Amino acid sequence: MNIFKEAFRAALTSLNAHRMRSLLTTLGILIGTAAVIAVVSLLQGLSDSIASQFSDLGGNTLSLKAVNDQDNFRRRRLNTLSISDVDILQYQVTGIERVAPSLMVNNSIVSYKGRSISPQVFGTNTEYQLVQNRYPSVGRFITESDDKGSRRVAVIGEKVRDELKLPNNPVDEYLLVGNEWFKIVGMMEKQGEILGFSQDNYVIIPFSVGRSMMGVFERPYMEVSFTVGNLLEINAVRERALRAIRNSRHLQPGKEDDFKIEAADSFVKQFNKITGIATAVLAGIVSISLLVGGIGIMNIMLVSVTERTREIGILKALGATRRDILLQFLLEAALLSLFGGLIGIVIGLLAGLGIASLIPEFPPAHVPFWVIALAAGFSALVGVIFGIAPASKAASLDPIEALRYE
Amino acid sequence: MIDLRGITKRYQMGEETVIALAGIDLFIGKNEYVALIGPSGSGKSTLMNLIGCLDSATEGQYILNDRDTSSLTEDELAAVRNKEIGFVFQSFHLLPRQSALQNVMQPLMYRRMPDAERRRLAKESLANVGLSDRLGHLPNQLSGGQRQRVAVARALVGHPSILLADEPTGNLDSRTSSEIMALFDALHSNGQTVVVVTHEPDIAAHCQRTIRVFDGCVTEDFKKLSRVT
Repeated sequence: MNIFKEAFRAALTSLNAHRMRSLLTTLGILIGTAAVIAVVSLLQGLSDSIASQFSDLGGNTLSLKAVNDQDNFRRRRLNTLSISDVDILQYQVTGIERVAPSLMVNNSIVSYKGRSISPQVFGTNTEYQLVQNRYPSVGRFITESDDKGSRRVAVIGEKVRDELKLPNNPVDEYLLVGNEWFKIVGMMEKQGEILGFSQDNYVIIPFSVGRSMMGVFERPYMEVSFTVGNLLEINAVRERALRAIRNSRHLQPGKEDDFKIEAADSFVKQFNKITGIATAVLAGIVSISLLVGGIGIMNIMLVSVTERTREIGILKALGATRRDILLQFLLEAALLSLFGGLIGIVIGLLAGLGIASLIPEFPPAHVPFWVIALAAGFSALVGVIFGIAPASKAASLDPIEALRYE
Repeated sequence: MIDLRGITKRYQMGEETVIALAGIDLFIGKNEYVALIGPSGSGKSTLMNLIGCLDSATEGQYILNDRDTSSLTEDELAAVRNKEIGFVFQSFHLLPRQSALQNVMQPLMYRRMPDAERRRLAKESLANVGLSDRLGHLPNQLSGGQRQRVAVARALVGHPSILLADEPTGNLDSRTSSEIMALFDALHSNGQTVVVVTHEPDIAAHCQRTIRVFDGCVTEDFKKLSRVT
């Protein structure tokens, strides 16, 4: 251990003697590490925030959506789900536990005491809270009898309360939605924001009321979320649902689905895939940068060995073995590289925090500890690998030649 | 002590083979004070490198303290240098970025000695050459004579069998030279074996025995009966 400590001290002394040169040499490593830490911290912050937003959605939730291709948009014949699709899920597919349709009520202005906003207004049933795992924080949710009796009641998101300057407890206040009055019966738990979009800007009304408000001619946009009773059966249930819906929509064999059924966490999966790809690309760039940095270190270490030939000769005359010399120079290269890595980590962290705070609504940057440890370890490893050639050159110097070197 | 038997050293210089040492037999006993003299190119440096275990012979045997060094590996030779040989060089050869104390501590590091012990021995050795007040000085903050005394302290810190000095006064003025030689004289009277390589007669005059090397052979080897001071 003693020899290690001494070699460490000697390496520090030598790096300290050429501070500017050491810094310039390690710049490649520094920039590479800084870049990876900055980007990882941003990606990780983003993915943490998205994962936490979706974490309350259970893995047993599926959702049914209509699919429209460009042709549909061009001809303005949008393909939508119909009430019968909801009924099929509800009554004809075994294994489905709860079904919660969400019917978007278009162009609805919501007003309260002269203030107007246009939040998302959608009709759903009482199952919604169980399927989406979202519950009211104040008051109650839509009940079955609300739906059956088409009561004009509404459950609002917090953002709606804030924007309309409703009282802190908005229950029993009356809202104007479109041209009908609704009594507020509850307010949902706060969801926060995803990528700067508030998830609390909505008004929920009973499904039956939503249907009646849309009129007969409109083709409202509807999504249906449903849960599967047994998680292990999720794929089988999905298959059954696909077939039943195809039947009800009269799709001929060979014709593509005009709807899709996907897991609720598929967005998170998609996002993780993207961050995974970004990380892989980044790793590629960084490894090039580290390679270049490593070559720089090897180069300067070779120069350093030549410059210190006589010193090496002295050490050998004093009894240093090959191993002693090898260790000292390897350690010096590793330290040089590690310093670059550490400075790079600090700069990268600061850059990540800075960038995250410059972009409005961007989640705070976050770097897991293992990324820092890996970056530091990797930069030291680069030093060791690229230090091998110079160090073994130093170790194999002939003492007489080395002592004579001017 | 030093027992050279039929030592031959040949170098390959391009096409030509240079014979640096041509079969040298030499015995240097304990507590001898020897001057190795000869013109440049005579082979005295090669002989010194061999005695100092920096180099090994092409032919012949070198027995140092009853141990045959001819068959030792490079690392074993390093260990012998560390234990048995104390080098003093013409241009001091101190480690430039280390203090006097650290320079003297350096050889003991290769003996895997604990830090405190190394420090203690190094301080003691520096005190013996009269440099107790210069422990923290870097070589470039010391005068030539002081540097050489640090080098002597470093050479002796491990209590080697031989103090091997290569032109130790070559870079010093005459006053400092005599200081260094007085130090060598004192070391010798304390029982240290000293071998000095030099081409200056007045330096050689300090020694009890003078060995003249010429063309790779020992041409003269004589002892003085009494020392001139």
